[in-house]
Amino acid sequence: MGANHEDHHHAPDGHGRALRLGVGGPVGSGKTALVAALCRTLGPSLSLGVVTNDIYTTEDAEFLRRAGVLDEERILAVETGCCPHTAIRDDIAANLDAVETLEDRFGPLDLVIVESGGDNLTATFSRGLADRQIFVLDVSGGDKVPRKGGPGVTTADLLVVNKTDLAPMVGADLGVMDRDAAAVRGARPVLFTSIRQDPTAATVAAWVSEQVAAWSHAHAAHAS
Amino acid sequence: MPGRRAMRAGAAVATAPAPGGGTLVHRLASAPPLTLRQTGPSTVHLVSTAAGPLGGDRLSLDIDVAPHTTLELGSVAAGLVLPGHGTSEFLVTARVGAGARLRFAPEPTVLAAGCEHRLLVRLALAADAEVLWREEIVLGRHGERAGRCHARFDATRDGRPLLRQEFTVGDPALDSSPAVYGAARCVGTTFLTTPVKEPVVAEGVAVLPLAGPGTLVSALAADAVELRSRLEWGERAVRPA
Amino acid sequence: MDPAVNPAVNPAVNPALLLLADSRLPAGGHAHSGGVEQAVTSGAVHDVPSLAGFLRGRLHTAGTVAAALTAAACACAAGPPPPEPAWGLLDAEVDARTAAPAQREASRTQGRLLLRVARRVWPSPVLEGLARAVPNPHHPIALGAAAHAAGATPEEAAMAAAYHAVGGAATAAVRLLGLDPVAVHGLLAGLAPDLAAVAGAARSGGDWESLPAHSSPALDLLAEQHARADVRLFIS
Ligand SMILES: Nc1nc2c(ncn2[C@@H]2O[C@H](COP(=O)(O)OP(=O)(O)OP(=O)(O)O)[C@@H](O)[C@H]2O)c(=O)[nH]1
Ligand SMILES: [Mg+2]
Repeated sequence: MGANHEDHHHAPDGHGRALRLGVGGPVGSGKTALVAALCRTLGPSLSLGVVTNDIYTTEDAEFLRRAGVLDEERILAVETGCCPHTAIRDDIAANLDAVETLEDRFGPLDLVIVESGGDNLTATFSRGLADRQIFVLDVSGGDKVPRKGGPGVTTADLLVVNKTDLAPMVGADLGVMDRDAAAVRGARPVLFTSIRQDPTAATVAAWVSEQVAAWSHAHAAHAS
Repeated sequence: MPGRRAMRAGAAVATAPAPGGGTLVHRLASAPPLTLRQTGPSTVHLVSTAAGPLGGDRLSLDIDVAPHTTLELGSVAAGLVLPGHGTSEFLVTARVGAGARLRFAPEPTVLAAGCEHRLLVRLALAADAEVLWREEIVLGRHGERAGRCHARFDATRDGRPLLRQEFTVGDPALDSSPAVYGAARCVGTTFLTTPVKEPVVAEGVAVLPLAGPGTLVSALAADAVELRSRLEWGERAVRPA
Repeated sequence: MDPAVNPAVNPAVNPALLLLADSRLPAGGHAHSGGVEQAVTSGAVHDVPSLAGFLRGRLHTAGTVAAALTAAACACAAGPPPPEPAWGLLDAEVDARTAAPAQREASRTQGRLLLRVARRVWPSPVLEGLARAVPNPHHPIALGAAAHAAGATPEEAAMAAAYHAVGGAATAAVRLLGLDPVAVHGLLAGLAPDLAAVAGAARSGGDWESLPAHSSPALDLLAEQHARADVRLFIS
């Protein structure tokens, strides 16, 4: 595994390798559901790999494998020793190793998605691991979460507010969430989804496709 | 303490191919307290003809299994290591030739209180030699604290390292460490050249595929009977009946 | 300022050693418990005193072997002769001393990640040579080579290895059992003489076959039980 003699993965500018997309957010917000949706929607056109970071077990990886959205060999689980945010931010070695293993086995890939273990609002991906990151909130956490901010909400390349189907039930005001998010995020995009209602997560998938296209254009292996 | 002087003794056993095929035990050199008796066509037992080993003894046993022959080596009773003047040492060297088979399964070594023992095993195997090598150590007689022991086992195959292991006994804080022997009073291993695909674990015993071609059954137990049954369970997992 | 004229600068303490031994070295160590997770599951480690026994046992068995092999790797990296042809042989010496497959796997995983980090932090031909000869080296091999690349001596490398053998396990116990972290650091401080003894005994010269090979049967069992556990926070 990971016999990266040439260490091409470390070309600091990312030439010749897949876009690495981090998907983070609090526990249960729908990260795995989103990853499954992206695999479903993008799988037919892109070469994908997925790395999950679970807290206890390899549950997320198992879920994705069972969902049958991707060849199960392309899904790797990383154990994080009680500290999911450490594994995506402070000590990313095990995640990089998993990403590179996927690239070595199945490369060249277009996109590697790294799902963080559900943690807290401060957990964000190291730039050494993820080229782009999506932060997934859900409406049931309350409509004040975007206002509270935190590095995930404010700095993620895309903020996804999921489970909009539940908004009426939990009394969350999507308008307020949108306004508050825009206030802390400036021009960075926010998308509202219900993966329950749209299992293809079409809007998010479209955003990801654009990122992959832009990445591969800028980082083609032989570009100078 | 048994009233005898420290001894230096070297015993040896060697096989040769029998004229019509099979094995001939062609050399059997006893040296008290190590006495070797042939008990079958290719079976030899170690019979202790004096107490011990005890402190100061320097004993050695040399085993030479010629290519394409078979030897089984056992002992008639557990070896009780006793204190004396200085350290006792038992050095076992074994060479197992091409296509040869050796089964070394003596009774346990019991480390009596106050003993100071060194047990060294050097096993040199030809590429296709077949070996089962069992070692059992009992930390003290019943209700007694073990003396000190340093055991080292080195097995090479075609000159390349296959298994190197040391056991030390005698520092109570280390012996009882949950990383070392924990609550166990007996520790044992069986080294086999037969490979297994997957490790197997059960209460107090693990069957461990080595990096090279071979397997180690490693067991911890409360007493010698339990230790033997755990090792045998592991050995059967390596060689399904 | 020249250390020789400034007594406040103690040249005997190599800063590279601190970096190598620091648990924040981003080489994946935080996800390994060195058998503690399974020992906690089994109940063998449940409080500060039982952790103390565990750590001491670990240091004097697995830690002693790791320290010796790390020192040997550091000396090998320093050459002469050129280390590259020898890496495979030294790596095989670690294999022969690690009977449990789960421990070999954990060692190689940590070795590979450390080598990756070291190649970027302390770029050197020695590390490139190691990566070519043994892409997934055992941890002591990677640590010894990295220590050399960082300017550390075999003795210092052995100290980092000895500390690594207990530091990660201690942190894992703090997380898993909610132990008082100060009490646990007190344990580590209490192990200082043992750490010094273990590192001091690791010699850099001589033949490899006679290097220490201390076995820890309980750790072997724990490692294989852990590899089979359904619920697991740590890789090992
Ligand atoms: N109602 C509703 N439920 C959803 C939606 N998306 C996901 N869920 C459900 O929310 C629960 C959690 O979803 P996951 O995708 O496992 O969430 P996660 O963020 O990956 O969770 P962790 O990895 O445990 O942090 C599951 O039961 C999903 O079926 C949605 O849009 N609407
Ligand atoms: Mg998930």
